[in-house]
Amino acid sequence: MALLQIAEPGMSDAPHQRRLAVGIDLGTTNSLVASVRSGAAEVLRDEEGHALLPSAVRYLPGGDVQIGRKALAAQAQDPHNTLVSVKRFMGRGLADAQRLHVPYEFVDAPGMVRIRTVQGDKSPVEVSAQILAKLRQQAEDALGDDLVGAVITVPAYFDDAQRQATKDAARLAGLNVLRLLNEPTAAAIAYGLDNAAEGIYAVYDLGGGTFDISILRLSKGVFEVIATGGDTALGGDDFDAAIVAWAVNDRKLSGLGPEDQRALLVAARQAREALTDAEQAELAATLSGGRTLALALTREHFEILARPLVARTLSSARRALRDAGLAADEVKGVVMVGGATRMPIVRRMVADLFGTDPLINLDPDQVVALGAAMQANLLAGNRTADDEWLLLDVIPLSLGLETMGGLVERVIARNSTIPVARAQDFTTFKDGQTAMAIHVVQGERELVSDCRSLARFELRGIPPMVAGAARIRVTFQVDADGLLSVTAREQSSGVEASISVKPSYGLSDDEVAAMLADGMNSADVDMKLRALREQQVEARRLVESVEAALQADADLLDPDEQAAIRAQLARTASAAASDDSETVRAQVEALAQATEDFAARRMDRSIRRALSGRRVDEIV
Amino acid sequence: MQHDPDHFELLGLAPGFAIDRDALDRAWREVQARVHPDRHAAGSAQERRVAMQWASRANEAYRVLRAPLSRARYLCERAGVDLQVETNTAMTPAFLMQQMEWREALDEARSARDPAALEALAGELAAARKRMTAEVGRLLDEQHDYATAAARVREWMFIEKFSEEIDLAVDALAEQD
Repeated sequence: MALLQIAEPGMSDAPHQRRLAVGIDLGTTNSLVASVRSGAAEVLRDEEGHALLPSAVRYLPGGDVQIGRKALAAQAQDPHNTLVSVKRFMGRGLADAQRLHVPYEFVDAPGMVRIRTVQGDKSPVEVSAQILAKLRQQAEDALGDDLVGAVITVPAYFDDAQRQATKDAARLAGLNVLRLLNEPTAAAIAYGLDNAAEGIYAVYDLGGGTFDISILRLSKGVFEVIATGGDTALGGDDFDAAIVAWAVNDRKLSGLGPEDQRALLVAARQAREALTDAEQAELAATLSGGRTLALALTREHFEILARPLVARTLSSARRALRDAGLAADEVKGVVMVGGATRMPIVRRMVADLFGTDPLINLDPDQVVALGAAMQANLLAGNRTADDEWLLLDVIPLSLGLETMGGLVERVIARNSTIPVARAQDFTTFKDGQTAMAIHVVQGERELVSDCRSLARFELRGIPPMVAGAARIRVTFQVDADGLLSVTAREQSSGVEASISVKPSYGLSDDEVAAMLADGMNSADVDMKLRALREQQVEARRLVESVEAALQADADLLDPDEQAAIRAQLARTASAAASDDSETVRAQVEALAQATEDFAARRMDRSIRRALSGRRVDEIV
Repeated sequence: MQHDPDHFELLGLAPGFAIDRDALDRAWREVQARVHPDRHAAGSAQERRVAMQWASRANEAYRVLRAPLSRARYLCERAGVDLQVETNTAMTPAFLMQQMEWREALDEARSARDPAALEALAGELAAARKRMTAEVGRLLDEQHDYATAAARVREWMFIEKFSEEIDLAVDALAEQD
């Protein structure tokens, strides 16, 4: 048995030690953080022993911020400054936000909607960052050291803007994002590893504000997502809203203010949760003007209200099955995730569709965070090579470009395995045309106006040619986080333009930088220290990985190349101790550049080995 | 493998229309196990970028080779036969007749809201796809007649596209229920 090594606090950056990494489930209703400790994933609790942190942030006059339970308790009395379910506004504009009928004062802003509070207009990204920062603090307290990184989960059906917003929030909270991981995939990892599951599984994930369905093939250490579907504007909140609408209509309530709306939603949630076990529940709320509401809701009547909503999830599920080319009875098990799957009607209707009782032996609130923690532990390099698993996920929505007449030319189809790159050639429309507007959209519809606009940019400086002569190759690259970047290049002249997709709905790098500078309630000095520390960790990490690479594959370099890399390695290693963050950054960058070619050659070798390894297998 | 490997080489398979689907799946997973960005998460930014590019290529190779139609297209293009998808719409008169019959059948089933008729039509298309697969397979693997194969592939593309239209019609009916 190996002895546990205990490092001095603050001295624990020695190579090969365990790298602390966490999984964070940033939920609509609740958020939580988990980590792998002594071989098993566990939720990290706060100082009071709570696993779940309500995703609620309250802005108080004078600059104080409450996060979690305290904020939640104040939501009915201070609805404008207490922000809940903010995940529903991530990456969304004003029109989308207003459609959700929640008692906030929305402010239109370029990129993303803002919510007016006593502390000014807050972007959903900032609010999410508050929640993430709190979880980071909770994790660092529990684990006793800084984190090397985090896996943050997102609904599988999140589009590019929503994913980018989530990543921005994590950066703003001072987290190094190892990966954005789809929530149902995280659940599948937790379930699959714990139960050594093999075969086709579905994950049905009904959270507070989002619904996902993913169909996966689990086989010998490979988690392959075959198809995913869902609705990012359908969740437990909508069931509550249906109850409120019924009560308002039944009691002919009128003149309801934001406080009343909030009180009714709170009462509706309590009644809905009670109906999980009880046949009847009381809908009770105190409203403005001294009015009180007391109304009995039977499970039978609730299910009449709920049925159309559950039916919507099932039609997404059927489409995902068809995309996967599978029949419902080919699914071996359905893993249930998200607190809203506790509703009996959901379990019953899911069982009817798949012809099998859903798997409910895991905590639907925790399974996503646990799976994310396992993946974080893997990505941080805490497992041995023969003990690893492989995750092959997909992009949920098709990506395309606007062409003539407002039509969408699909470049990457939904359910393509990521990472994915695809190029499409276009040409000019007019003689002598020297610029081309490129409009990137996401969605399944034929018309641009029915899809979500992700970005617009222009390729300029095309040499004048007759119409149809230029060859403009537009390349889409989606990375393993599901985030898109687009490059356009005129083939004959080499004129190029590229963009990391985020403008239309996301925050620009400048905005994020400005928010970081604003400080998230932390002093400027702290931020600088933090930046320095991050640079130092990055430098040491890079030095370590280049040393390992040289040890394994130095024969790929000629003596001159090797000498050059070793010289730069020494410079970067000594710079890692510097107190000037700019010096450290420059040397990290220099080493990265010096090893770019080497990295490419190592990957080539790795592929060759993979191919020759298989041939050996086939002979045997 | 110093040159850029084509899709078959990348996945270590012999080029041809007939493939062993299990071997293809296995090959793809094995290559991904080496190159996937998750396996290089602790590497430098450069290494991660190269990993992403290789993983993207492996996914593209798998996508193209997995579906019979895209595999057939790829084999034609690989043999230097341009499919002229945009410009060449020539099809045999028999196939054009068939197309018209199918279209009429779809329109009728749609306006009659007849799920059984839609299902029957979907069955016909499935049979046509099966015949097409066999014929293109013969042309590519036995006769090496890529030009004729390309003409059949264009017809096959219609079959796939039309099948999607039927699926959409089935959906539309189901949603009205």
